[in-house]
Amino acid sequence: MKHRNGNFITLAALRDAFAVAIVCAGIMTGLATAQGGQLRFCLHNEPKTFNPLQVDDDAAASIRYLTGGVLIRLNRQTQQLEPELAESWKVSEDGREISFRLRSGIAFSDGTPFTTEDVAYTVQQLMDPALHSPTGDSFRSANGKVETKVVSPSQISILFPAEVAGLDRLFDQVAILSQNSPKKEMAVLGPFMVADYKPGASVLLQRNPNYWKRDEQGRRLPYLDSILLNIQPNRDVEMLQFKRGELDLINTLDSEYFDKLASASPQLVHDAGPSLDSEQLWFNEVAKAPIPVYKRDWFRSANFRRAISEAINREDLSRIVYHGHAQPAMGPFSPANKFWFDAALKPPAYSPDKALQALAADGFRLENGTLKDRAGNAVEFSIITNAGNKARERMAVLIQDDLQKIGIHVNVVTLDFPSLIERMTQSFDYEAIILGLTNVDLDPNEEMNVWLSSAANHQWNPQQKTPETPWEAEIDRLMRAQASSGDANKRKAAFDRVQEIVVDQQPFIFLINKNALSAVSTRVHGAAPVILSPQTFWNAERLTVSGN
Amino acid sequence: MRLGRILWFAVLAIALGASGAANWLAPAGYAKQYREATDARPSAEHWLGTDELGRDRFARVLYGTRISLLLAPAAALLSTLLAALIGGLAGYLGGVWSRIAMAVTDLFLSLPWLFLLITVRALMPLNVSPFVSVLVTFLLLGLLGWTVAARVLCASAASVRSSDFVRQAKAAGLSGQRLFWVHVVPNLKPVLYAQFWISIPVFILSEANLGILGLGVAEPMPSWGSLLKELESLVSVGAEPWKFVPLVLLVLVVTSFQILLSKQEEAAG
Repeated sequence: MKHRNGNFITLAALRDAFAVAIVCAGIMTGLATAQGGQLRFCLHNEPKTFNPLQVDDDAAASIRYLTGGVLIRLNRQTQQLEPELAESWKVSEDGREISFRLRSGIAFSDGTPFTTEDVAYTVQQLMDPALHSPTGDSFRSANGKVETKVVSPSQISILFPAEVAGLDRLFDQVAILSQNSPKKEMAVLGPFMVADYKPGASVLLQRNPNYWKRDEQGRRLPYLDSILLNIQPNRDVEMLQFKRGELDLINTLDSEYFDKLASASPQLVHDAGPSLDSEQLWFNEVAKAPIPVYKRDWFRSANFRRAISEAINREDLSRIVYHGHAQPAMGPFSPANKFWFDAALKPPAYSPDKALQALAADGFRLENGTLKDRAGNAVEFSIITNAGNKARERMAVLIQDDLQKIGIHVNVVTLDFPSLIERMTQSFDYEAIILGLTNVDLDPNEEMNVWLSSAANHQWNPQQKTPETPWEAEIDRLMRAQASSGDANKRKAAFDRVQEIVVDQQPFIFLINKNALSAVSTRVHGAAPVILSPQTFWNAERLTVSGN
Repeated sequence: MRLGRILWFAVLAIALGASGAANWLAPAGYAKQYREATDARPSAEHWLGTDELGRDRFARVLYGTRISLLLAPAAALLSTLLAALIGGLAGYLGGVWSRIAMAVTDLFLSLPWLFLLITVRALMPLNVSPFVSVLVTFLLLGLLGWTVAARVLCASAASVRSSDFVRQAKAAGLSGQRLFWVHVVPNLKPVLYAQFWISIPVFILSEANLGILGLGVAEPMPSWGSLLKELESLVSVGAEPWKFVPLVLLVLVVTSFQILLSKQEEAAG
């Protein structure tokens, strides 16, 4: 498929691909022809909004996914873009303009017809600075007005003031609003619509009677009558409700709950393999940080960081902390990211002996079981992580033990999250941190705020006026090059090089990639959990539930 | 009755003796990770199994008992002494002193101590050894835990002050200080003892709660508090009763302390 080279995607080819995916899903799950039923699962917090353009939390994102109609959808299983409300689309060579050809005969849930004006209205709302749309922020590459042009009743083009990297992919998050419906954002184009909301208790979604999609047999989708979303922040209660049959799925499970459930009912749990999420350790390299100069010198040494990386037994982190439901991380991107992961990267080796050799190159020596630097300072530092996160606390203790083997004494400190963030971003009063990155997007552009040396989330040494090291300068250049290129292969080559530099320099010592774990009741038919969010209900329109 | 007293004394002696002999009974120590035997069931090698990181639970219980048995009473002693000083004197002196002391107590009671502790922890240096973290944790508990006891002691001291025997002593010309130490303090002893013993389990459990905020005993050092954290997930504990050992031990030790104390008081009375 070519999205950016000026060719329209052919509808027939995509229809074929879609049909294959559906058939596969059907084979995998033994999808019955039964229709109807109510799907029940939990939201872990109150949805802050029902306006799809203002979504900024998981609960609201789930509701947007289930109710919002989008022009282009990222297939969570194939990780490819697919046409939805747009039959086809084209991105201009310079990456500033995207043109859509819309499907005809579609109406919102309240019967209001869907037109190109609705797309123009949605884009106008999306880019309105007064709305502060988090989704709109992804499109803001430069100051200036976004222009929409209705070419014909079924064609519309949108021109941005500057190139927007991965422009078409961003439309996966843009649910189209109705310009004319009196119901405003409650009129939707997705498979479900909000029917009832009980604050603090539940959100009821009902089938959208005007949903445009049909299955291969010509039956209207979705199959389900309704979805009941219980608002339940307590994971223990969620687990008990699932066990009692009061819920039909748990979208994300931690490894401990997964194993407990698996031991009793293995048919209910699903391990979809490594997700995009990573956990990492990094050292404080900030010049003005209130830490001893000799420690900063250690932390700024690539040899020191490589040695620490080699001394950490990631296999044990995965096996012990995550009960095997995680993989040693190879670099910034997980292998789960099919296109962007650099296949040339090798799994990190665990070798305390090599670690000591690397440290010796910097003048460190082992004396009576204690590692000392050139000046005779014993190597000791603290690792902080957020209190209450069992997995991180356990990883820290395992790393403490691993590093003790090469003579490094580590103090593990757990802090409440606000204190940790204050030390990490304001006072820089810390030595090393274990935290995680939750990646919801496949494209590296979403991580510009991490990899650019000037970025606030360049955590080991943020907001540099000019890159302080040659390798950071090189990463800056490569990230900007990939972001400004329209050629996917050139972008991939540039980001591969970024991944290789990061693995070589170890500014983040990537530890593990967690697996995507979920639980689905046997009453649910058609489920095929994947690693991308929403893992279990990405194909909600084709799910059925029996027996309720 | 005598047999019961001997039994409770034996429980306390075993707990104290075993924790004191932890170095010999569990020579591998509390921090050694048997990574190939994580979360193991009890066996000849690991009498109480291993924890989620493969550390011998029996060793951790012994060392944790030592820490909690030494430091929780120390914190309780500190808080009781502070309470006796502030509450006892306020009650004895009465008048404006009592009002000032109780105002200070009310001020301390009204402090959001949880957030205060979070702030204190955020200000503390990060590179402290686990042993120092233990001391700091229990010191903080002792310094902040005196307020409720002070109110009780203030009321008791006020009651003693207005009792007939104190009036008689005053009429007989006893000085203020002698009156306080000879006639008032001995009559506050039962309240002081009660506050002291009540504080011990409270501090042990508070330490467990503080662990969640990062204020507890630092890894890898164990305490009853950190061991009790294993019970957070009730779903798993139902099938693993040996994880209740720290809880059973806590109940037994605190009960034995209180029973022995009451027997002693009965004997003295």
